[in-house]
Amino acid sequence: MSSQGRILKDKIAHKVMLAFVWLTIILLLVIALGLFIKAWPLFKTVSISDLLFSTTWVPYEGKFGMLSFIISTFWVTGVATVIAVPLCLLCAIYLSEYANKKVIAWVSPLIDILAGIPSVIFGIWGVIVIVPFVRDILAPMFGVSSTGYSILAGGIVLSIMVFPIVIYVLLEVFKTVPEDLRNAALSLGANKWIMIRKVLLRKAGPGIISAIVLGFSRALGETLAVLMVVGNVVDLPSNPLEAGYPLPAMIANNYGELLSIPMYDSALMLCALVLFVIVVFFNIIARIILRRIEKKIS
Amino acid sequence: MTAKLKMSQSDAACAEGSICINNLNVYYGDRHALKNININLPTRSITAIIGPSGCGKTTLLKCFNRLIDSVDDITVTGQVLVDGDDIFAPEAEVTDIRKRMGLLSQRPYPLPMSIYENVAFGPKLHGVKEKSKLNEIVEHYLKEASLWDEVKDRLNTPASRLSIGQQQRLCLARGLAVEPDIILGDEPTSALDPISSHHIEQKFLELKKEYTIVVVTHILRQARRIADYLIFMYMGEIVEHGPAKEILENPKEKRTQEYVKGIIS
Ligand SMILES: Nc1ncnc2c1ncn2[C@@H]1O[C@H](COP(=O)(O)OP(=O)(O)O)[C@@H](O)[C@H]1O
Ligand SMILES: [Mg+2]
Repeated sequence: MSSQGRILKDKIAHKVMLAFVWLTIILLLVIALGLFIKAWPLFKTVSISDLLFSTTWVPYEGKFGMLSFIISTFWVTGVATVIAVPLCLLCAIYLSEYANKKVIAWVSPLIDILAGIPSVIFGIWGVIVIVPFVRDILAPMFGVSSTGYSILAGGIVLSIMVFPIVIYVLLEVFKTVPEDLRNAALSLGANKWIMIRKVLLRKAGPGIISAIVLGFSRALGETLAVLMVVGNVVDLPSNPLEAGYPLPAMIANNYGELLSIPMYDSALMLCALVLFVIVVFFNIIARIILRRIEKKIS
Repeated sequence: MTAKLKMSQSDAACAEGSICINNLNVYYGDRHALKNININLPTRSITAIIGPSGCGKTTLLKCFNRLIDSVDDITVTGQVLVDGDDIFAPEAEVTDIRKRMGLLSQRPYPLPMSIYENVAFGPKLHGVKEKSKLNEIVEHYLKEASLWDEVKDRLNTPASRLSIGQQQRLCLARGLAVEPDIILGDEPTSALDPISSHHIEQKFLELKKEYTIVVVTHILRQARRIADYLIFMYMGEIVEHGPAKEILENPKEKRTQEYVKGIIS
Protein backbone atom coordinates (compact mmCIF):
# COMPACT_ATOMS: atom_id res chain seq x y z
CA MET A 1 0.00 0.00 0.00
CA SER A 2 1.25 3.48 -0.78
CA SER A 3 2.18 5.67 2.13
CA GLN A 4 -0.34 8.23 0.98
CA GLY A 5 -3.08 5.65 1.18
CA ARG A 6 -1.98 4.70 4.64
CA ILE A 7 -2.02 8.29 5.84
CA LEU A 8 -5.49 8.77 4.44
CA LYS A 9 -6.69 5.61 6.18
CA ASP A 10 -5.14 6.80 9.44
CA LYS A 11 -6.90 10.11 9.11
CA ILE A 12 -10.24 8.54 8.43
CA ALA A 13 -9.88 6.09 11.32
CA HIS A 14 -8.99 8.97 13.59
CA LYS A 15 -12.01 10.99 12.50
CA VAL A 16 -14.37 8.06 12.88
CA MET A 17 -13.17 7.32 16.38
CA LEU A 18 -13.44 10.95 17.36
CA ALA A 19 -16.99 10.98 16.04
CA PHE A 20 -17.88 8.00 18.22
CA VAL A 21 -16.44 9.67 21.29
CA TRP A 22 -18.58 12.72 20.61
CA LEU A 23 -21.57 10.53 19.96
CA THR A 24 -21.25 8.98 23.44
CA ILE A 25 -20.99 12.35 25.08
CA ILE A 26 -23.95 13.68 23.13
CA LEU A 27 -25.95 10.58 23.95
CA LEU A 28 -25.38 11.17 27.66
CA LEU A 29 -26.51 14.76 27.31
CA VAL A 30 -29.57 13.76 25.31
CA ILE A 31 -30.62 11.26 27.96
CA ALA A 32 -30.19 13.80 30.72
CA LEU A 33 -32.02 16.44 28.74
CA GLY A 34 -34.90 14.09 27.88
CA LEU A 35 -35.37 13.16 31.52
CA PHE A 36 -35.17 16.78 32.54
CA ILE A 37 -37.80 17.91 30.06
CA LYS A 38 -40.17 15.15 31.16
CA ALA A 39 -39.64 16.02 34.81
CA TRP A 40 -40.00 19.74 34.20
CA PRO A 41 -43.76 20.11 34.93
CA LEU A 42 -43.13 18.84 38.44
CA PHE A 43 -40.71 21.62 39.25
CA LYS A 44 -43.44 24.16 38.56
CA THR A 45 -45.81 22.78 41.20
CA VAL A 46 -43.53 21.29 43.87
CA SER A 47 -40.36 22.82 45.28
CA ILE A 48 -37.08 21.02 44.71
CA SER A 49 -36.40 20.63 48.41
CA ASP A 50 -39.83 18.98 48.86
CA LEU A 51 -38.93 16.58 46.07
CA LEU A 52 -35.44 15.64 47.18
CA PHE A 53 -35.54 16.01 50.95
CA SER A 54 -39.00 14.87 51.92
CA THR A 55 -40.03 11.29 52.63
CA THR A 56 -43.71 11.82 51.96
CA TRP A 57 -44.54 9.90 48.79
CA VAL A 58 -48.29 10.07 48.22
CA PRO A 59 -48.76 10.45 44.48
CA TYR A 60 -52.53 11.02 44.39
CA GLU A 61 -52.13 13.91 46.81
CA GLY A 62 -49.38 15.31 44.62
CA LYS A 63 -46.70 14.62 47.21
CA PHE A 64 -43.54 13.29 45.65
CA GLY A 65 -40.83 13.28 48.33
CA MET A 66 -38.23 10.81 47.11
CA LEU A 67 -35.74 10.86 49.96
CA SER A 68 -36.60 7.28 51.00
CA PHE A 69 -35.72 6.02 47.54
CA ILE A 70 -32.47 7.94 47.40
CA ILE A 71 -31.39 6.79 50.84
CA SER A 72 -32.38 3.19 50.03
CA THR A 73 -30.26 3.32 46.89
CA PHE A 74 -27.23 4.37 48.88
CA TRP A 75 -27.93 1.79 51.56
CA VAL A 76 -28.17 -1.15 49.19
CA THR A 77 -25.15 -0.07 47.19
CA GLY A 78 -23.17 0.63 50.35
CA VAL A 79 -23.98 -2.75 51.88
CA ALA A 80 -23.10 -4.51 48.63
CA THR A 81 -19.78 -2.70 48.42
CA VAL A 82 -18.86 -3.35 52.04
CA ILE A 83 -19.46 -7.05 51.48
CA ALA A 84 -18.00 -7.33 47.99
CA VAL A 85 -14.81 -5.29 48.18
CA PRO A 86 -12.93 -7.22 50.88
CA LEU A 87 -14.11 -10.56 49.52
CA CYS A 88 -13.13 -9.70 45.97
CA LEU A 89 -9.77 -8.36 47.05
CA LEU A 90 -8.93 -11.47 49.06
CA CYS A 91 -10.18 -13.71 46.28
CA ALA A 92 -8.19 -11.88 43.61
CA ILE A 93 -5.07 -11.81 45.77
CA TYR A 94 -5.38 -15.53 46.31
CA LEU A 95 -5.88 -16.29 42.64
CA SER A 96 -3.08 -14.06 41.45
CA GLU A 97 -0.47 -14.63 44.16
CA TYR A 98 -1.07 -18.00 45.80
CA ALA A 99 -3.10 -20.31 43.60
CA ASN A 100 -1.31 -22.48 41.08
CA LYS A 101 -2.25 -22.62 37.45
CA LYS A 102 -4.54 -25.61 37.83
CA VAL A 103 -6.78 -23.84 40.34
CA ILE A 104 -6.94 -20.79 38.12
CA ALA A 105 -7.83 -22.93 35.11
CA TRP A 106 -10.75 -24.27 37.14
CA VAL A 107 -11.92 -21.08 38.69
CA SER A 108 -11.81 -18.57 35.86
CA PRO A 109 -14.47 -20.28 33.72
CA LEU A 110 -16.67 -20.41 36.81
CA ILE A 111 -16.26 -16.67 37.26
CA ASP A 112 -17.13 -16.17 33.60
CA ILE A 113 -20.29 -18.22 34.04
CA LEU A 114 -21.23 -16.21 37.10
CA ALA A 115 -20.89 -13.05 35.04
CA GLY A 116 -23.29 -14.38 32.43
CA ILE A 117 -26.14 -15.43 34.71
CA PRO A 118 -29.23 -13.26 34.10
CA SER A 119 -30.17 -11.09 37.04
CA VAL A 120 -33.61 -12.66 37.44
CA ILE A 121 -31.87 -15.88 38.48
CA PHE A 122 -29.90 -14.06 41.11
CA GLY A 123 -33.25 -12.61 42.23
CA ILE A 124 -34.88 -16.02 42.56
CA TRP A 125 -31.86 -17.37 44.36
CA GLY A 126 -32.08 -14.36 46.67
CA VAL A 127 -35.73 -15.08 47.41
CA ILE A 128 -35.26 -18.76 48.16
CA VAL A 129 -31.90 -18.61 49.94
CA ILE A 130 -30.88 -15.16 51.12
CA VAL A 131 -34.26 -13.89 52.28
CA PRO A 132 -34.87 -16.88 54.60
CA PHE A 133 -31.24 -16.66 55.71
CA VAL A 134 -31.74 -13.06 56.79
CA ARG A 135 -35.13 -13.77 58.33
CA ASP A 136 -34.24 -16.90 60.28
CA ILE A 137 -30.57 -16.48 61.10
CA LEU A 138 -29.17 -12.97 60.73
CA ALA A 139 -32.12 -10.98 62.10
CA PRO A 140 -32.55 -13.13 65.24
CA MET A 141 -28.80 -12.77 65.83
CA PHE A 142 -29.34 -9.05 66.23
CA GLY A 143 -32.54 -9.57 68.17
CA VAL A 144 -34.77 -8.06 65.48
CA SER A 145 -37.66 -9.56 63.61
CA SER A 146 -37.49 -9.15 59.88
CA THR A 147 -39.40 -10.58 56.96
CA GLY A 148 -36.03 -11.12 55.33
CA TYR A 149 -37.00 -8.87 52.44
CA SER A 150 -34.49 -6.22 53.32
CA ILE A 151 -31.66 -3.95 52.32
CA LEU A 152 -29.25 -6.55 53.61
CA ALA A 153 -30.72 -9.23 51.34
CA GLY A 154 -30.48 -6.80 48.42
CA GLY A 155 -26.89 -5.97 49.34
CA ILE A 156 -25.87 -9.61 49.58
CA VAL A 157 -27.43 -10.50 46.23
CA LEU A 158 -25.86 -7.45 44.62
CA SER A 159 -22.45 -8.19 46.07
CA ILE A 160 -22.50 -11.60 44.43
CA MET A 161 -23.57 -10.04 41.16
CA VAL A 162 -20.69 -7.56 41.09
CA PHE A 163 -18.23 -10.24 42.19
CA PRO A 164 -17.19 -11.47 38.72
CA ILE A 165 -16.59 -8.09 37.17
CA VAL A 166 -14.65 -6.74 40.15
CA ILE A 167 -12.51 -9.87 40.39
CA TYR A 168 -11.91 -9.88 36.69
CA VAL A 169 -10.69 -6.28 36.70
CA LEU A 170 -8.60 -6.86 39.83
CA LEU A 171 -6.86 -9.84 38.23
CA GLU A 172 -6.05 -7.76 35.17
CA VAL A 173 -4.72 -5.02 37.42
CA PHE A 174 -2.49 -7.43 39.33
CA LYS A 175 -1.17 -8.78 36.05
CA THR A 176 0.16 -5.33 35.19
CA VAL A 177 2.41 -5.37 38.26
CA PRO A 178 5.77 -6.73 37.05
CA GLU A 179 6.98 -10.03 38.48
CA ASP A 180 10.37 -8.46 39.09
CA LEU A 181 8.84 -5.82 41.35
CA ARG A 182 7.42 -8.58 43.51
CA ASN A 183 10.82 -10.27 43.42
CA ALA A 184 12.53 -7.04 44.45
CA ALA A 185 10.47 -6.90 47.63
CA LEU A 186 10.94 -10.62 48.32
CA SER A 187 14.68 -10.40 47.75
CA LEU A 188 14.90 -7.83 50.54
CA GLY A 189 13.53 -10.43 52.91
CA ALA A 190 9.84 -9.54 52.83
CA ASN A 191 7.53 -12.48 53.19
CA LYS A 192 4.73 -12.86 50.71
CA TRP A 193 2.05 -11.19 52.76
CA ILE A 194 4.20 -8.13 53.47
CA MET A 195 5.10 -7.95 49.79
CA ILE A 196 1.41 -8.02 48.91
CA ARG A 197 0.45 -5.36 51.43
CA LYS A 198 3.32 -2.96 51.00
CA VAL A 199 4.13 -3.36 47.34
CA LEU A 200 1.47 -5.09 45.28
CA LEU A 201 -1.57 -3.34 46.74
CA ARG A 202 0.17 0.01 46.69
CA LYS A 203 1.34 -0.34 43.14
CA ALA A 204 -2.08 -1.56 42.09
CA GLY A 205 -3.90 1.14 44.11
CA PRO A 206 -5.38 3.14 41.24
CA GLY A 207 -6.45 -0.02 39.46
CA ILE A 208 -8.12 -1.33 42.61
CA ILE A 209 -10.10 1.90 42.88
CA SER A 210 -11.17 1.53 39.26
CA ALA A 211 -12.35 -1.99 39.93
CA ILE A 212 -14.37 -0.87 42.92
CA VAL A 213 -15.89 2.05 41.00
CA LEU A 214 -16.89 -0.28 38.23
CA GLY A 215 -18.58 -2.60 40.71
CA PHE A 216 -20.21 0.34 42.47
CA SER A 217 -21.63 1.77 39.25
CA ARG A 218 -23.06 -1.59 38.35
CA ALA A 219 -24.56 -1.92 41.83
CA LEU A 220 -26.16 1.52 41.72
CA GLY A 221 -28.15 0.72 38.64
CA GLU A 222 -28.97 -2.97 39.10
CA THR A 223 -32.71 -3.35 39.18
CA LEU A 224 -34.42 -6.66 38.87
CA ALA A 225 -32.59 -8.88 41.35
CA VAL A 226 -32.68 -6.18 43.99
CA LEU A 227 -36.33 -5.46 43.40
CA MET A 228 -37.15 -9.10 44.11
CA VAL A 229 -35.57 -9.22 47.56
CA VAL A 230 -35.43 -5.71 48.96
CA GLY A 231 -39.01 -5.44 50.21
CA ASN A 232 -40.10 -2.35 48.25
CA VAL A 233 -41.56 -0.45 51.17
CA VAL A 234 -41.69 3.33 50.96
CA ASP A 235 -40.12 4.24 54.26
CA LEU A 236 -36.87 5.75 55.39
CA PRO A 237 -34.74 2.73 56.33
CA SER A 238 -32.67 3.10 59.48
CA ASN A 239 -30.77 -0.19 59.35
CA PRO A 240 -30.00 -2.86 56.75
CA LEU A 241 -32.44 -5.37 58.23
CA GLU A 242 -35.34 -3.15 57.27
CA ALA A 243 -36.99 -3.14 53.89
CA GLY A 244 -35.96 -0.47 51.41
CA TYR A 245 -36.99 0.79 48.01
CA PRO A 246 -34.05 1.85 45.82
CA LEU A 247 -34.65 4.15 42.86
CA PRO A 248 -34.22 1.59 40.05
CA ALA A 249 -36.65 -0.83 41.69
CA MET A 250 -39.15 1.95 42.27
CA ILE A 251 -39.04 3.11 38.67
CA ALA A 252 -39.32 -0.40 37.28
CA ASN A 253 -42.23 -1.30 39.55
CA ASN A 254 -44.32 1.75 38.84
CA TYR A 255 -43.66 2.81 35.31
CA GLY A 256 -46.61 2.15 33.09
CA GLU A 257 -49.01 1.87 36.01
CA LEU A 258 -51.15 4.58 37.50
CA LEU A 259 -49.94 7.05 34.96
CA SER A 260 -53.38 8.66 35.10
CA ILE A 261 -52.39 10.32 38.36
CA PRO A 262 -51.29 13.83 37.47
CA MET A 263 -47.57 14.46 37.57
CA TYR A 264 -46.84 10.81 38.37
CA ASP A 265 -44.87 10.16 35.22
CA SER A 266 -42.95 13.38 35.75
CA ALA A 267 -42.05 12.20 39.24
CA LEU A 268 -40.77 8.89 37.89
CA MET A 269 -38.72 10.74 35.30
CA LEU A 270 -37.27 12.84 38.06
CA CYS A 271 -36.36 9.67 39.96
CA ALA A 272 -34.56 8.45 36.85
CA LEU A 273 -32.80 11.78 36.50
CA VAL A 274 -31.65 11.67 40.13
CA LEU A 275 -30.30 8.16 39.64
CA PHE A 276 -28.54 9.27 36.48
CA VAL A 277 -26.97 12.23 38.25
CA ILE A 278 -25.83 10.06 41.17
CA VAL A 279 -24.11 7.61 38.83
CA VAL A 280 -22.43 10.34 36.79
CA PHE A 281 -21.38 12.27 39.88
CA PHE A 282 -19.99 9.18 41.49
CA ASN A 283 -17.91 8.39 38.43
CA ILE A 284 -16.56 11.92 38.24
CA ILE A 285 -15.54 11.91 41.89
CA ALA A 286 -13.91 8.53 41.44
CA ARG A 287 -11.93 9.88 38.47
CA ILE A 288 -10.69 12.79 40.54
CA ILE A 289 -9.57 10.50 43.35
CA LEU A 290 -7.88 8.26 40.80
CA ARG A 291 -5.94 11.16 39.31
CA ARG A 292 -4.73 12.21 42.73
CA ILE A 293 -3.51 8.74 43.60
CA GLU A 294 -1.80 8.26 40.26
CA LYS A 295 0.00 11.55 40.69
CA LYS A 296 1.13 10.56 44.14
CA ILE A 297 2.54 7.23 43.04
CA SER A 298 4.26 8.07 39.80
CA MET B 1 23.66 -25.42 61.70
CA THR B 2 23.18 -29.08 60.99
CA ALA B 3 24.11 -28.50 57.40
CA LYS B 4 27.43 -27.20 58.57
CA LEU B 5 28.10 -30.36 60.53
CA LYS B 6 27.11 -32.52 57.63
CA MET B 7 29.64 -30.84 55.39
CA SER B 8 31.86 -33.39 53.79
CA GLN B 9 35.51 -33.02 52.98
CA SER B 10 34.86 -31.65 49.52
CA ASP B 11 32.75 -28.84 50.93
CA ALA B 12 35.55 -27.61 53.10
CA ALA B 13 36.29 -24.89 50.58
CA CYS B 14 32.83 -23.53 51.22
CA ALA B 15 33.70 -20.67 53.52
CA GLU B 16 31.92 -17.60 54.84
CA GLY B 17 30.21 -15.58 52.12
CA SER B 18 30.74 -18.19 49.46
CA ILE B 19 28.30 -20.10 47.32
CA CYS B 20 28.90 -23.79 46.64
CA ILE B 21 26.74 -25.70 44.23
CA ASN B 22 26.57 -29.47 44.19
CA ASN B 23 24.72 -31.42 41.50
CA LEU B 24 22.13 -28.74 40.98
CA ASN B 25 19.36 -29.61 38.52
CA VAL B 26 16.37 -27.44 37.74
CA TYR B 27 13.31 -28.40 35.72
CA TYR B 28 10.54 -26.09 34.54
CA GLY B 29 7.90 -28.76 34.16
CA ASP B 30 9.68 -31.24 31.87
CA ARG B 31 12.16 -28.73 30.60
CA HIS B 32 15.61 -29.43 32.00
CA ALA B 33 16.92 -25.89 32.46
CA LEU B 34 20.00 -26.49 34.60
CA LYS B 35 21.96 -29.69 34.18
CA ASN B 36 24.24 -30.99 36.90
CA ILE B 37 25.80 -27.77 38.01
CA ASN B 38 28.85 -28.21 40.23
CA ILE B 39 30.91 -25.20 41.15
CA ASN B 40 32.24 -23.19 44.08
CA LEU B 41 32.15 -19.44 43.67
CA PRO B 42 35.11 -17.51 45.07
CA THR B 43 34.47 -15.02 47.87
CA ARG B 44 35.26 -11.31 47.79
CA SER B 45 35.58 -11.14 44.07
CA ILE B 46 33.41 -10.70 41.03
CA THR B 47 32.18 -13.80 39.26
CA ALA B 48 30.59 -13.18 35.89
CA ILE B 49 28.23 -15.69 34.32
CA ILE B 50 28.22 -15.45 30.55
CA GLY B 51 26.48 -17.38 27.83
CA PRO B 52 23.87 -17.00 25.11
CA SER B 53 20.36 -15.99 26.09
CA GLY B 54 18.19 -18.85 27.29
CA CYS B 55 21.16 -20.88 28.57
CA GLY B 56 20.00 -20.69 32.19
CA LYS B 57 21.92 -17.77 33.68
CA THR B 58 18.90 -16.15 35.30
CA THR B 59 17.67 -19.50 36.50
CA LEU B 60 20.98 -20.17 38.23
CA LEU B 61 20.93 -16.77 39.88
CA LYS B 62 17.36 -17.26 41.05
CA CYS B 63 18.39 -20.46 42.78
CA PHE B 64 20.83 -18.56 44.98
CA ASN B 65 18.13 -16.49 46.67
CA ARG B 66 15.35 -18.98 46.06
CA LEU B 67 13.27 -16.61 44.00
CA ILE B 68 12.93 -19.73 41.88
CA ASP B 69 10.37 -20.86 44.50
CA SER B 70 7.69 -18.63 43.08
CA VAL B 71 7.76 -20.29 39.68
CA ASP B 72 4.90 -22.74 39.07
CA ASP B 73 5.75 -26.35 38.43
CA ILE B 74 9.42 -26.10 39.31
CA THR B 75 11.65 -28.99 40.45
CA VAL B 76 15.03 -28.37 42.04
CA THR B 77 17.39 -31.15 43.05
CA GLY B 78 20.89 -30.97 44.47
CA GLN B 79 22.47 -28.60 46.91
CA VAL B 80 23.31 -24.92 47.09
CA LEU B 81 25.39 -24.07 50.15
CA VAL B 82 25.62 -20.47 51.26
CA ASP B 83 28.00 -19.95 54.18
CA GLY B 84 27.85 -23.72 54.46
CA ASP B 85 24.06 -23.85 54.93
CA ASP B 86 22.02 -25.81 52.46
CA ILE B 87 19.49 -23.23 51.36
CA PHE B 88 17.11 -25.79 49.86
CA ALA B 89 16.99 -27.78 53.10
CA PRO B 90 13.43 -28.08 54.44
CA GLU B 91 14.33 -26.20 57.63
CA ALA B 92 16.01 -23.34 55.78
CA GLU B 93 14.22 -20.04 56.37
CA VAL B 94 13.79 -18.35 53.02
CA THR B 95 13.71 -14.76 54.34
CA ASP B 96 17.00 -15.37 56.17
CA ILE B 97 18.59 -16.62 52.99
CA ARG B 98 17.41 -13.61 51.04
CA LYS B 99 18.68 -11.28 53.72
CA ARG B 100 22.19 -12.46 52.95
CA MET B 101 21.97 -11.27 49.33
CA GLY B 102 21.24 -8.07 47.56
CA LEU B 103 19.69 -8.32 44.10
CA LEU B 104 19.95 -6.05 41.09
CA SER B 105 17.64 -7.02 38.28
CA GLN B 106 17.72 -6.34 34.58
CA ARG B 107 15.71 -3.18 34.99
CA PRO B 108 15.50 -1.23 38.21
CA TYR B 109 12.23 -1.77 40.04
CA PRO B 110 11.90 0.84 42.76
CA LEU B 111 9.23 -0.05 45.29
CA PRO B 112 6.13 2.16 45.03
CA MET B 113 7.19 4.46 47.84
CA SER B 114 9.59 7.31 48.55
CA ILE B 115 13.35 7.20 48.04
CA TYR B 116 13.81 7.08 51.79
CA GLU B 117 11.27 4.29 52.26
CA ASN B 118 12.92 2.24 49.54
CA VAL B 119 16.20 2.09 51.41
CA ALA B 120 14.56 1.75 54.82
CA PHE B 121 12.30 -1.08 53.64
CA GLY B 122 14.76 -3.92 54.32
CA PRO B 123 16.13 -2.64 57.64
CA LYS B 124 12.57 -2.05 58.89
CA LEU B 125 11.63 -5.60 57.97
CA HIS B 126 14.57 -6.86 59.94
CA GLY B 127 13.65 -5.00 63.06
CA VAL B 128 15.21 -1.54 62.96
CA LYS B 129 12.56 0.79 64.36
CA GLU B 130 14.31 3.89 65.68
CA LYS B 131 13.90 6.82 63.35
CA SER B 132 17.39 8.16 64.01
CA LYS B 133 18.96 4.80 63.28
CA LEU B 134 16.96 4.50 60.07
CA ASN B 135 18.05 7.97 59.00
CA GLU B 136 21.64 6.95 59.52
CA ILE B 137 21.21 3.75 57.54
CA VAL B 138 19.50 5.51 54.66
CA GLU B 139 22.19 8.14 54.44
CA HIS B 140 25.00 5.63 54.74
CA TYR B 141 23.81 3.32 51.99
CA LEU B 142 22.76 6.09 49.64
CA LYS B 143 26.33 7.35 49.96
CA GLU B 144 27.62 3.83 49.47
CA ALA B 145 25.74 3.71 46.18
CA SER B 146 26.94 7.22 45.20
CA LEU B 147 23.41 8.56 45.13
CA TRP B 148 23.25 10.66 48.28
CA ASP B 149 24.30 13.99 46.80
CA GLU B 150 21.74 13.74 44.04
CA VAL B 151 18.77 12.92 46.25
CA LYS B 152 19.46 14.27 49.74
CA ASP B 153 17.04 17.18 49.23
CA ARG B 154 14.17 15.05 48.04
CA LEU B 155 14.24 11.88 50.08
CA ASN B 156 10.48 11.92 50.45
CA THR B 157 9.60 12.10 46.77
CA PRO B 158 8.48 8.92 45.01
CA ALA B 159 11.42 6.81 43.84
CA SER B 160 9.83 6.46 40.41
CA ARG B 161 10.66 10.11 39.67
CA LEU B 162 14.38 9.30 39.53
CA SER B 163 16.13 8.66 36.24
CA ILE B 164 16.61 5.03 35.38
CA GLY B 165 20.32 5.13 36.21
CA GLN B 166 19.57 6.70 39.58
CA GLN B 167 16.89 4.09 40.14
CA GLN B 168 19.41 1.29 39.64
CA ARG B 169 21.76 2.89 42.17
CA LEU B 170 18.81 3.22 44.52
CA CYS B 171 18.16 -0.49 44.08
CA LEU B 172 21.81 -1.11 44.95
CA ALA B 173 21.52 1.03 48.09
CA ARG B 174 18.31 -0.75 49.00
CA GLY B 175 19.98 -4.14 48.60
CA LEU B 176 23.08 -3.16 50.55
CA ALA B 177 20.95 -1.82 53.41
CA VAL B 178 19.96 -5.34 54.47
CA GLU B 179 23.68 -5.96 55.06
CA PRO B 180 24.17 -8.93 52.77
CA ASP B 181 27.40 -10.83 52.16
CA ILE B 182 26.58 -11.45 48.56
CA ILE B 183 25.44 -9.21 45.72
CA LEU B 184 23.62 -10.75 42.77
CA GLY B 185 23.16 -8.88 39.52
CA ASP B 186 21.14 -10.12 36.55
CA GLU B 187 22.42 -8.05 33.63
CA PRO B 188 22.16 -5.04 35.93
CA THR B 189 23.36 -2.55 33.33
CA SER B 190 21.41 -3.74 30.34
CA ALA B 191 18.76 -1.02 30.64
CA LEU B 192 21.19 1.77 31.51
CA ASP B 193 22.97 4.42 29.49
CA PRO B 194 26.78 4.08 29.20
CA ILE B 195 27.53 6.54 31.99
CA SER B 196 25.16 4.89 34.46
CA SER B 197 26.54 1.48 33.46
CA HIS B 198 30.02 2.71 34.16
CA HIS B 199 28.84 3.94 37.56
CA ILE B 200 27.52 0.51 38.48
CA GLU B 201 30.63 -1.26 37.22
CA GLN B 202 32.88 1.04 39.26
CA LYS B 203 30.68 0.42 42.29
CA PHE B 204 31.05 -3.33 41.87
CA LEU B 205 34.83 -3.03 41.67
CA GLU B 206 34.83 -1.11 44.95
CA LEU B 207 32.33 -3.40 46.64
CA LYS B 208 34.14 -6.62 45.84
CA LYS B 209 36.54 -5.92 48.69
CA GLU B 210 33.71 -6.64 51.09
CA TYR B 211 31.19 -8.66 49.14
CA THR B 212 30.96 -11.73 47.01
CA ILE B 213 29.54 -10.51 43.73
CA VAL B 214 27.89 -12.63 41.06
CA VAL B 215 26.87 -10.86 37.85
CA VAL B 216 25.10 -12.27 34.86
CA THR B 217 26.11 -10.43 31.74
CA HIS B 218 25.81 -10.90 28.04
CA ILE B 219 28.34 -8.18 27.35
CA LEU B 220 31.75 -9.80 26.94
CA ARG B 221 33.54 -6.48 27.26
CA GLN B 222 31.85 -5.95 30.59
CA ALA B 223 33.02 -9.34 31.78
CA ARG B 224 36.51 -8.42 30.64
CA ARG B 225 36.39 -5.17 32.56
CA ILE B 226 35.10 -6.37 35.90
CA ALA B 227 35.24 -10.14 36.29
CA ASP B 228 37.82 -12.01 38.35
CA TYR B 229 36.24 -15.35 37.72
CA LEU B 230 34.19 -16.45 34.76
CA ILE B 231 31.55 -19.09 34.17
CA PHE B 232 30.51 -19.90 30.64
CA MET B 233 27.15 -21.60 30.31
CA TYR B 234 25.55 -23.19 27.30
CA MET B 235 22.13 -24.88 27.11
CA GLY B 236 21.82 -25.36 30.84
CA GLU B 237 25.33 -26.64 31.43
CA ILE B 238 28.51 -25.09 32.68
CA VAL B 239 30.91 -25.56 29.81
CA GLU B 240 33.93 -23.96 31.35
CA HIS B 241 34.86 -21.91 34.37
CA GLY B 242 38.02 -20.42 35.80
CA PRO B 243 39.90 -17.17 36.30
CA ALA B 244 38.51 -14.61 33.89
CA LYS B 245 41.77 -13.95 32.12
CA GLU B 246 42.35 -17.58 31.35
CA ILE B 247 38.89 -18.16 29.95
CA LEU B 248 38.90 -15.02 27.84
CA GLU B 249 42.38 -15.41 26.45
CA ASN B 250 42.82 -19.09 26.37
CA PRO B 251 39.53 -20.97 26.37
CA LYS B 252 39.89 -24.74 26.25
CA GLU B 253 36.47 -25.80 25.06
CA LYS B 254 35.43 -25.28 21.47
CA ARG B 255 32.06 -23.71 22.40
CA THR B 256 33.75 -21.23 24.70
CA GLN B 257 36.21 -20.30 21.97
CA GLU B 258 33.38 -19.72 19.56
CA TYR B 259 31.42 -17.63 22.06
CA VAL B 260 34.41 -15.52 23.02
CA LYS B 261 35.18 -14.92 19.37
CA GLY B 262 31.57 -13.96 18.79
CA ILE B 263 30.66 -16.89 16.55
CA ILE B 264 27.83 -18.02 18.82
CA SER B 265 25.94 -15.41 20.71
N1 LIG C 1 9.18 -19.48 34.28
C1 LIG C 1 9.63 -20.31 33.32
N2 LIG C 1 8.87 -21.33 32.90
C2 LIG C 1 9.30 -22.18 31.94
N3 LIG C 1 10.50 -22.11 31.35
C3 LIG C 1 11.33 -21.12 31.73
C4 LIG C 1 10.95 -20.16 32.72
N4 LIG C 1 11.97 -19.30 32.89
C5 LIG C 1 12.93 -19.68 32.04
N5 LIG C 1 12.57 -20.78 31.34
C6 LIG C 1 13.38 -21.49 30.33
O1 LIG C 1 14.58 -21.90 30.93
C7 LIG C 1 15.67 -21.62 30.09
C8 LIG C 1 16.69 -20.75 30.79
O2 LIG C 1 16.13 -19.46 30.98
P1 LIG C 1 16.93 -18.30 31.68
O3 LIG C 1 17.50 -18.81 32.93
O4 LIG C 1 16.00 -17.14 31.80
O5 LIG C 1 18.06 -17.98 30.62
P2 LIG C 1 19.04 -16.74 30.48
O6 LIG C 1 18.89 -15.89 31.72
O7 LIG C 1 20.38 -17.33 30.33
O8 LIG C 1 18.62 -16.02 29.25
C9 LIG C 1 15.13 -20.99 28.83
O9 LIG C 1 15.07 -21.95 27.84
C10 LIG C 1 13.75 -20.54 29.22
O10 LIG C 1 12.87 -20.66 28.14
MG1 LIG D 1 18.28 -13.83 31.83
